[in-house]
Amino acid sequence: MSHSTADAHPAGLAHHFESQEQQNSSAFFGMWLFMVQEVLFFGGLFVTYVYYKLQYPEAYKAGSLELDVPLGALNTGVLLASSFTMVMAVWGAQKGKKEILVLGLVLTILFGGLFLGIKWEYEYTKKWEHNLFPGPNYEWHGETGGPQTEIFFSLYFAMTGMHALHMIVGIGIMLVMIPLAWRGTWTPENHNFVEGFGLYWHFVDIVWIFLFPYLYLIAV
Amino acid sequence: MSDHDSSLMPYVFVLLSLFALTGLTVGVAYVHLGPVANQIVAFAIAATKASIVILFFMHVKGSSSLIKLSAVGGFFWLLIFFIFIVSDVLTRTTLVPGWH
Repeated sequence: MSHSTADAHPAGLAHHFESQEQQNSSAFFGMWLFMVQEVLFFGGLFVTYVYYKLQYPEAYKAGSLELDVPLGALNTGVLLASSFTMVMAVWGAQKGKKEILVLGLVLTILFGGLFLGIKWEYEYTKKWEHNLFPGPNYEWHGETGGPQTEIFFSLYFAMTGMHALHMIVGIGIMLVMIPLAWRGTWTPENHNFVEGFGLYWHFVDIVWIFLFPYLYLIAV
Repeated sequence: MSDHDSSLMPYVFVLLSLFALTGLTVGVAYVHLGPVANQIVAFAIAATKASIVILFFMHVKGSSSLIKLSAVGGFFWLLIFFIFIVSDVLTRTTLVPGWH
């Protein structure tokens, strides 16, 4: 073993992998197993949603009518746009275009921030002011629905809140990625982190694709 | 991923189709097809959108069989979870104490 390991291993290839291809497939398989775990994690919330919806359909309808459909649709569009800018960032990394990678990440942060801003300012705050946040201050004055509407709003805040938390974590990771991307950390040969993060961000988008019709559109 | 596109244009079309399906799901919600039919349509559109994101944005189209199996496996397990919970809830009856 006279040659140094640096000669045998190209830059970016970890020593416990034989080839870049093996390293890539390991990274993506690992990331996908994490995605499967996320599917089942959010799946638990969706199953809870269905369980109570079957028992209190009227409360779900009455609760859903309190949500703002145009804002929900707008936020769906904003989040889909952020998925596009994320795929743009990944494409930039694949092509070795550093500027496109950084621009994609910046735009994804901006769209993600816009989504959270709309959600906080025009939705959560309004629900709080109308005493629709579950807890001791919860009040329901609707003609239909009754006290079980609190179950709907518990699930609304739990599901959209967990979704928003995933976005906040994603934005935090992207803020770290931008300087790394600018310094040329990722190359066309090795940008598994960027692609793996893209999977996470698209998954968060998929969760919202299901949340939007099931929370906002069930009673219009 | 082996499936490297040479331009961003295919992704633009993917995004536009997702926007169109979002508009469709809002529009069709206001057409009252019946409570069950509306939910089936809403689910079908959401599942189509999710599939488009998974296949094209998450590059599962063109990925290895291992990745495809992982993606399908996650949703398959979720389906089992749903079927057992829903079949339980829908087949429950009220138990009346005492035998007659």
